[in-house]
Amino acid sequence: MAGAAVLGRLNWLLAELVELVPETPRVKSLVLAAPGWPGHRPGQHVDVRLTAEDGYQAQRSYSIATPPDGERVVLTVERLEDGEVSPFLVDELLVGDRIELRGPIGGYFVWDGADRAPLHLVAGGSGIVPLMAMLRHRAGLGSAGPAALVYSARTEGELIYREELDRLAADDGALRIAYTLTRERPPGWTGYDRRIDPGMLGEVLGGADPNATAFVCGPTRFVEVAADALVGLGYEPGRVRTERFGPSGR
Amino acid sequence: MENADLKLDGNAAAGELREIFGAEMTIVRATCGSCGAVREMGALSVYLHAPGTVFRCPGCDAVLVRIVRAEERLWLDPSGVSCLELRTGA
Amino acid sequence: MDHVTRGFRGRRDTERSDRIPPGQYETRDFPVLSAGPTPHTPLETWTFTISEGGEERARWTWDEFQALPSETITKDIHCVTKWSKLDTAWEGVSVDTLLDGIETDAAYVMAWSDGGYTTNLPLEDVTDGKAWVAHGYDDEPLDPEHGGPARLLVPHLYFWKSAKWVRGLRLLDEDEPGFWESLGYHLYGDPWREQRYWGD
Repeated sequence: MAGAAVLGRLNWLLAELVELVPETPRVKSLVLAAPGWPGHRPGQHVDVRLTAEDGYQAQRSYSIATPPDGERVVLTVERLEDGEVSPFLVDELLVGDRIELRGPIGGYFVWDGADRAPLHLVAGGSGIVPLMAMLRHRAGLGSAGPAALVYSARTEGELIYREELDRLAADDGALRIAYTLTRERPPGWTGYDRRIDPGMLGEVLGGADPNATAFVCGPTRFVEVAADALVGLGYEPGRVRTERFGPSGR
Repeated sequence: MENADLKLDGNAAAGELREIFGAEMTIVRATCGSCGAVREMGALSVYLHAPGTVFRCPGCDAVLVRIVRAEERLWLDPSGVSCLELRTGA
Repeated sequence: MDHVTRGFRGRRDTERSDRIPPGQYETRDFPVLSAGPTPHTPLETWTFTISEGGEERARWTWDEFQALPSETITKDIHCVTKWSKLDTAWEGVSVDTLLDGIETDAAYVMAWSDGGYTTNLPLEDVTDGKAWVAHGYDDEPLDPEHGGPARLLVPHLYFWKSAKWVRGLRLLDEDEPGFWESLGYHLYGDPWREQRYWGD
């Protein structure tokens, strides 16, 4: 991606939580006001640093869920039961609290719609977050090339941004969205009902367009399966961009 | 949990690289000194759950770059990389 | 001082045991650390080798290694990434057993592992009941994620010295830095003297 290299050191900024949006029982979006925020590109992440009174610190990375919007940054965070940082962010942080963050980070996993090439997205669980920033950005552009998303979650209730995604797809004939639920389906479910596989990706994405760029994000093993499947379908490895969340997610 | 879960993408270490180099390094192209494969640093394998940060070649698993940081010091071993290609603009 | 986050404590135990070295926090989990992919050497081809100056001094297949007298070891372990875990229970073969009958003037060893990892230790720190090649943890075979089929166990030093997936010891006259010791980490690594980095 021939984006401009952003030069300069990263500084920690103090951001204030201005709104907390529940997304699913385990996921909330944190709307932050970050004075001095330099702006970002869809797909980038931030480092969040928490400091205890005795100086103990914990630092984690979280994807930005929204396109550039001045000094406003939205992070969507999933509570990991054995986590140290995410339970604090999801359950204990209150509007008005301040946390330190630095960013934006990462120029590799970004899409800013500069070309009209097809955009192919594959999300597992909270891996939808950076891809949502791309889809929201794309909707804001007005004119963009075709796009498709395959989104895998365990249950319907764990699909993040479900209503907004359905609305985006309904409003845009060039956007195709398919869900797959791997653990539990509601009665009458018409989406996929299995783990992602090459057949599913081929059906939804419509085959390996040589101009398409694919972005895959989710837990490490999900990403490996999806990326292997895409390369097997004929995508050039260099056009399959991956972001593994690791075992514990972001 | 399997160890395979600990593998991340180079992009996950973008903040650390930017802190060290003062530049966006994930789009820098690195040549593996072992197998010769060329990839953007964002596409390398990265292991962060360790005493340091280790970048490996996703093709042959050779160690490309290692970073260790103490409170006020940092050590960097780029010896597994044979070449870096940076964009300098027009 | 960085901005203190209201209400943030971190996931640490508040009670400080005098068994926790300076700068460490107690954890009840067993965090998995890894600097590379997990090797998958089949037990049929696994061996453990003691060598010196390029010469093999002793060698065991997996079955031979399993037949060696094994001990139960309960020890506290201390990772340089600042967690300590108390009363970890291992099953393993003492390094004394492995070195039994080997005459050497060496003063150091380099432990080496599948996947290319190495770590250096003084010979006197792996003898006299101070180190084991562990193949069991908590009454189970040692998980690959924790270094199985066998890892070095040197609990009195920082845990990076307890090489996962260990396959052999090279006897050395002079000390040489291993994988982390060549990049800032302390050559010896005593947690009670907080020897984390060069010069500590």
